[in-house]
Amino acid sequence: MWCPDWPVVAAGLPATVPAAVLAGGEVLACSPAARAAGVRRGMRRRDAQARCPELRLVDRAPQVEAHRFDEVLEALEELTPGVAPIRPGLCALRVPPRYYGGERETAAVLAERVVELGVWDVRCGIADGVFAAEHAARRALTQDVWIVPPGGSADFVGELGIDVVEDVALADLLRRLGVRTLGSFARLAPGDVRTRFGDTGALLHRLARGEDPQPVARRQAPPDLVTGTAFEPPLETSEAAVFSLRTTAEQCVETLAQHGLVVTAVRIEVDSDGTTVQARTWRHPAWFDAPALLDRLRWQLAAAGPAGGRGDGHGVPGAGRGDEYAQGIGAVRFVPEETSSVGEHADTLFGAGHDAQVEGGAARVQALVGPEAVQVLRPQGGRSPGDQVHAAPWGERVPVARPAERPWPGQIPAPAPATVFASPSQAAVAGAEGQRVLVTARGAVSAVPSRFRVSAAEPWQQVAAWAGPWPVDERWWDEASARRVARFQVVGVDGRAWLLVLDGDTWFTEARYD
Amino acid sequence: MDLDELRRRVARLEGRPVDTATIPVHPALAGLLTPRVGGVYGVDAASLALTLASGPSAAGAWLGVVQCPDLGLVAAQEAGIDTDRLVMVPDAAELWWEVVAALVDSLALVVVRPPARVSARDAARLAARLRARQCVLVVWGEWPRCDGRLSLVSSQWSGVGHGHGHLRSRRAVIEARTDVAISRRREVWLPGDTGGGAGPWAAKETGGDAGPWAAQETAGDAGPWATGETTELQLLRGAS
Repeated sequence: MWCPDWPVVAAGLPATVPAAVLAGGEVLACSPAARAAGVRRGMRRRDAQARCPELRLVDRAPQVEAHRFDEVLEALEELTPGVAPIRPGLCALRVPPRYYGGERETAAVLAERVVELGVWDVRCGIADGVFAAEHAARRALTQDVWIVPPGGSADFVGELGIDVVEDVALADLLRRLGVRTLGSFARLAPGDVRTRFGDTGALLHRLARGEDPQPVARRQAPPDLVTGTAFEPPLETSEAAVFSLRTTAEQCVETLAQHGLVVTAVRIEVDSDGTTVQARTWRHPAWFDAPALLDRLRWQLAAAGPAGGRGDGHGVPGAGRGDEYAQGIGAVRFVPEETSSVGEHADTLFGAGHDAQVEGGAARVQALVGPEAVQVLRPQGGRSPGDQVHAAPWGERVPVARPAERPWPGQIPAPAPATVFASPSQAAVAGAEGQRVLVTARGAVSAVPSRFRVSAAEPWQQVAAWAGPWPVDERWWDEASARRVARFQVVGVDGRAWLLVLDGDTWFTEARYD
Repeated sequence: MDLDELRRRVARLEGRPVDTATIPVHPALAGLLTPRVGGVYGVDAASLALTLASGPSAAGAWLGVVQCPDLGLVAAQEAGIDTDRLVMVPDAAELWWEVVAALVDSLALVVVRPPARVSARDAARLAARLRARQCVLVVWGEWPRCDGRLSLVSSQWSGVGHGHGHLRSRRAVIEARTDVAISRRREVWLPGDTGGGAGPWAAKETGGDAGPWAAQETAGDAGPWATGETTELQLLRGAS
């Protein structure tokens, strides 16, 4: 069973609109309307837009495709057992010969069910093997079926051109050797094919002969791992909700453990008045156990309103919390988003107590000062000393935006300053005659620095040595975050060294080498 | 049988944790200060806090850093601190004391910059907790009673001229005071060499073939850089 242009269908675009799904700047799939306008697969974005100016472009979302196709698979599984997904948009299933009255009738029933889901373009092919059936489906019309009679697979496949071979290099080679159809390829001696083309060729040869080595592998229905509890009547306080969900959290962890899984990221959804009012994804550096899940729930509920406050669990959600929980907490669900096998975490399950101890300590501090206040650090690229470290909340896996291994021209060479001021104070640098020291557009210093002051509170002192400027013209393409600064290292006569930065015509003390 | 062994025996008999274990120390501080597990050590500069913390971190211990939003984290990495095993609480506001107490329970070393004055009673209570939990506290700032205190007396940067070069290295004079009333001074390279090998930047204990860059312990005609170690017995107990 084949749904053509599945990426476009999954994107939820109507069939009459010319639309295309892009992957890596090239058209991956397009709707029939776009195809009529001349858009083809593999075309570049600009060419496609030139052919069809009103083309709607969307980026590829493989997860959405797979997720939408899961709905189709579930619907088909209600009608017939043993559905084997091949890729999103294509699945194979065994046709019960007589249950619906025949093959054609079965195909009609299945197609009708899929069309009910809103997928209007579905085509069925029936043959002895998966390969032949797939190509039969490609030949079928919309919402129709193409039946290859039993034993007729070899003849049907033999008529296909050599282009259907997915291995482009092999297809090209065969064409140059004069093999234009799968039928002529099938007439070659199997031994010769194996000698010349190896296992890939031998497999293709079997397919071309109408023998299909792939059995229809049944899909294992994915287990439903979502656990939750509904409260009737709705709960008033978050403490009560956390208390009531203790069993649910344990059950969630237990269900996963039965599948040999542990959850590393979970989305907690809170319902109020019949709708989901709050959903948030939490990650754990190792994996969640039941108390950790409850901690996250407590923080999420506490963060919901200003009255929640830090560490006080007695806030009444209804009063003074905005409208979110005006009707109380109706239901809470734990939706595992990322799971991994227990085996990967075996060392932390058995022993390795120190890390567990650190986790516990960090969790306690998070409970005290809030989950965002506890941070872990990752090195990242940047020019100022403060930019070169990325702080993420403990337990979250936030991707580092700027890779450190790329060159960062304008970076101050090591050693780095030991004190980097979170809020730089305004400094002043003067030349020998008391004039202000500035940097020209070409990066030259207007006067030799002779005296400086690191903040308004500190006295002026003489410059013993200085180096710079390190000019930085950052993000000039973006008006909002553009920054044009010059950095100086200045050593005072008292031996202390500072990193000063000239931003426009104002000096700031960025860091101290102490 | 020496005194330490005897103390350890008594501690074991009394059921107290044996608090005489020392923590690994950065080569630049070797011989200057031997920090012990369960102790409180005060520093007056960020680089000294980093140098002191780098020893345990390099040995695989977890660190906590509380209330230090100004700490240079690139410098921390350069000092040899493993930032993967670092728990940062940059701003705990008025709850900083509770945060320190919670981290002391689970980490091996905690660096804190106290935003407010700490009373001697609170400090004593925390010290008992540190000993029980086998944790080391490094205080960047004031503290009522420290087992040891490192201070940066003076520093001389090299590598930078008038408009050329960049800061490369520093000769720093570090003073260490311990509660036995001995203060030692030593001139070292800071930031120093984090590896064990005595490169040109490492503080060297021995004289011999030390080049012009090595810190020399022996006073002598070792050029403009070496000042030698001056260990002076300050009769603080008698004075106070």
